[in-house]
Amino acid sequence: MDAAVFLISAVVVLSGAVGVLLARNPIHAALFLVETLFGIAVLFILLDATFLAAVQVVVYAGAIVILFLFVIMLLGVDRADDLGIEPIAGQRPMAAVIGASLLGLTLTTLLISVNGPTGDAGPTAVLGNAETNTRLLGEALFTDHVFAVELTALLLTVAIVGAVVLARRISGPLQPLPGVAIAVANDQETEED
Amino acid sequence: MEVTTTWYLVLGAVLFTLGTVGVLTRRNPLVMFMCVELMLNAVTLTLVAFGAALGDLGGQVSVFFVLVVAAAEVVVGLAIIVAITRRRPGTTVDDLSVLGG
Repeated sequence: MDAAVFLISAVVVLSGAVGVLLARNPIHAALFLVETLFGIAVLFILLDATFLAAVQVVVYAGAIVILFLFVIMLLGVDRADDLGIEPIAGQRPMAAVIGASLLGLTLTTLLISVNGPTGDAGPTAVLGNAETNTRLLGEALFTDHVFAVELTALLLTVAIVGAVVLARRISGPLQPLPGVAIAVANDQETEED
Repeated sequence: MEVTTTWYLVLGAVLFTLGTVGVLTRRNPLVMFMCVELMLNAVTLTLVAFGAALGDLGGQVSVFFVLVVAAAEVVVGLAIIVAITRRRPGTTVDDLSVLGG
């Protein structure tokens, strides 16, 4: 039963990932991303991480992908990419080589480490089961990791302020491009000399 | 047939590789961003699988923080993309070499 759930989820996850890779339209890529994220959430449930599965669906599929779709539609960049052109010569073969080597490296490392984890268990070592998962995770977060939780609050505040500042519409004349501005400044300096 | 930790690790490695290849080949900044999300999810899956294998809740605690950082990263990254695209519509990452960084 577990194996069947895992295999179906794995197919869903990987097909979604390949879809993100190959989709010509960014909106389709975002929808394939939802597919992958749901598959990961199912795998979390299979691993008894029920709270993370819920958060995965709510935060990732519910918030992040919606943000992606919102930006795509706001900017109107939903034109299909032309995947036929290769901007840098040999980019795709190189990417395939790098991907294959990375896969070999990570597989080797992970499979070596799976049989030999060492060291003592941490203070929050009690994993619990699917029913106690949320309570144990909450206890760990708000006792042992309470400072880090407070820091994430600060991080989110900074991110919101940063997003508002970055996306603000600047009034007034268009600024020159950075390279142009530097060239102009250099010209003025040479003239002064 | 029992699902062992190895299965999850192999799936995580394959997913991470797919994300990497996506970042390397795609030119639309939004799609590249989605591929980064794929890589993040591969790592969170690996963390939870290792936590389950070791009977330690620490893996799930780490994933919680990864989720928060991913949310913050997406907010700031998309704001940057909005700012760039508004100024230069239809831009791809190759065009950003004008920044000269």
